Amino acid sequence: MRPGKYRFLAGAMIPPLVLYGVFVISPYAQAFYLAFTDFNGVSSDVHLVGLENFGRLLRDPLFLKGLRHNGLLLLAVPLGTIALALFFAAATGRRGTRPYRVVYFFPQLLSVAIIAVLWQFVYTPNSGLLNGFLRAVGLASLRRSWLAEPDLALWCVIAAMVWAAVGFYVVLFSAAMESIPVDLYEAAALDGAGPFAVFRRITVPLIWDSVQVAFIYLGIAALDGFALVQIMTVGPGGPDGSTEVMGLSLYRNAFTYGKYGYASAMGVAIFFLTLTLAVFTLRATKREAVETA
Amino acid sequence: MQPTRRVLLLGAAAASLGACATAGTADNAGGKGGVSAANPLGVAEDAPLEVVIFKGGYGDQYAKEAGTLYQQRYPKAKVDHKGIQRVGEVLQPRFIADTPPDVVDNSGAGRLDLATLVSSGKLRDLKELLDAPSLDDPARKVRDTLMPGVVEEGTFDGKVLILNYSSVLWGVWYSKSLFAKHGWTYPKTWAEMLTLNEEIKKAGIAPWTWQGKYPEYICDPLVSLAAKAGGHELVRSIDNLEPNAWKSPAMLAAAEAIYQLAVRGHIMAGSEALSHTEAQNAWCKGQAAFIPCGSWLEGEQQQVTPAGFDMVMGTVPALSGSDKLPNGAVMAASSEAFLVPQKAKNAQGGLEYLRLLFSRQVSRGFAQSAKALPVVAGATDGLTLSSGLQSVADAVKAAGPNVFGYRFRTWYAPLSKALDDATGELLAKRVNPQQWAERVQKAADDVRADASLKKHTRQG
Repeated sequence: MRPGKYRFLAGAMIPPLVLYGVFVISPYAQAFYLAFTDFNGVSSDVHLVGLENFGRLLRDPLFLKGLRHNGLLLLAVPLGTIALALFFAAATGRRGTRPYRVVYFFPQLLSVAIIAVLWQFVYTPNSGLLNGFLRAVGLASLRRSWLAEPDLALWCVIAAMVWAAVGFYVVLFSAAMESIPVDLYEAAALDGAGPFAVFRRITVPLIWDSVQVAFIYLGIAALDGFALVQIMTVGPGGPDGSTEVMGLSLYRNAFTYGKYGYASAMGVAIFFLTLTLAVFTLRATKREAVETA
Repeated sequence: MQPTRRVLLLGAAAASLGACATAGTADNAGGKGGVSAANPLGVAEDAPLEVVIFKGGYGDQYAKEAGTLYQQRYPKAKVDHKGIQRVGEVLQPRFIADTPPDVVDNSGAGRLDLATLVSSGKLRDLKELLDAPSLDDPARKVRDTLMPGVVEEGTFDGKVLILNYSSVLWGVWYSKSLFAKHGWTYPKTWAEMLTLNEEIKKAGIAPWTWQGKYPEYICDPLVSLAAKAGGHELVRSIDNLEPNAWKSPAMLAAAEAIYQLAVRGHIMAGSEALSHTEAQNAWCKGQAAFIPCGSWLEGEQQQVTPAGFDMVMGTVPALSGSDKLPNGAVMAASSEAFLVPQKAKNAQGGLEYLRLLFSRQVSRGFAQSAKALPVVAGATDGLTLSSGLQSVADAVKAAGPNVFGYRFRTWYAPLSKALDDATGELLAKRVNPQQWAERVQKAADDVRADASLKKHTRQG
């Protein structure tokens, strides 16, 4: 190895590391610091308040509501998305059905804001697509003011989240399925396995790595949900807090109430929740790796 | 999948703190020059002036005009005019670092929280400007050229820290042509309103719609009714967070009055889920007769209002025959908050700029280009106004001194949120007026008990 090599490598690495440090690590670190202060967003006169912000967090009914709703999203969004994505990926395996994968992927090309606005149009009571459809098929009695009903609003948001995410995972799972050797399927067919058994016993185990990754990504997305809720829902976060998520509480406290210190404490709490979730999901979904080579 | 937004938020907060660490602390006296009749505020003639304006629904033409006037008077000064949208994001680091511009119009969705700016001592006392001679008539002070309530609204604990430029009135809007066609007249009392609603219903039109996605819109007529019935004392007791103010008879009766719209089916189906655009467009299409809104409605609906619709704003009817305020009393506030930062480099220039801005010439230009009422008294006299703006100007005249406005929305954002949530539930008939009052009162009590929120009191 030539002596100048390390110097060169170090020289090449330092600029990106410095940029990463300044723009990623240091804001994180400062947010942790801010979580222990009463920073109001405009004054440089900042006081340390110890754990007060975190204590307040546990007594904040709206934040706790947000926590519960994120919990519900955490159950519903990954399960719904992965089930649908697996189904679509398996169903579009044959030639001739491939173009559907492209169609499923379309929502992925739209920004979250556009998706939220589109779905708001779907749900809007008098001229919306959903109520119009119900009327057209003779189910006019099922029409609702979807986003204005506390029992339905969050599920409406969940449906939009699943719709937006499913296409990406169809592509991910399809790619994984295509790497499964054909002879495995042929052997299974010779042994008399039906399509459902093949799917359950061969396909899913062999693409489990992808499913595991999907659980983590979708779990993180479910702990967020801010943008959709902020744009789509009544209030936003309503009616009466029924679609509140933690990210929205954070945003409101920082930008409407000027409580940046408290909002940073929420950010720190969400950070640790997300981290815990990722570690927990990796552990919980661990399976024996299946060798196919 | 996208933790990035959260990271950005944290990053933004943290980065702004980082800015404070590196900030200089140079204090500046404001660069005062010689005082004369032509230059009553003692502007340093060659000092540059930086103006940051929210360029939203009202545009920034009027602010540019004031800049041009400034340039004419002080040819050696360089005027830097910036018309932007996200005022808060742009200026937050500069306020923390104490290197703010000389004049700011802190408005729009992305504005800085005013209560926070005030409690952090970032704003300059505007007394000097208010006591300076006005541009049009040196015998009158600037203070005396403004509509009633404007100075009070900018007052925080005895100091005038902001001056709003645009006057906003709240009322109930209807189409003059639609009413003429059916022979309806705008009701004077709430009882008449409910009777008329039944008649409108018979004509196959929904009497009311409202901007359900943002319950604030229906709160406005509710608290207006309460203020008319309970008078200025009630408004004061609400703003001062007095115990049981939200459960007072006037407030309860007002909640009951609005609740009756929902109970009697006077509201267009689905309104509770409509955005302001959707509700207002439905109203413009004649699907509903009334809609509550502030005086900006005409400008906002300009593109979609059919010809001959002739929208006008009526003041909220009297709640009962024994109201404490006379019938024409109206809820008004001003918006487009102009301020001069405490640490502005050319603070005298900033004050002088505002003196020019609040002149007759610039404010008339504002009425014409922005289609809104400026706070300079009598500025629109003799101008030909559109039907909506004319009705608003008439309402101001009819009200005379009987103008009221609540401050709690600016002072206590968490109380605002609780009121909006509760009122949304009231209109959905999921709570009754009694439960509504209890919820809002509890939120007011919580705000009073929260030591981290700075409290304000009003005398007038």
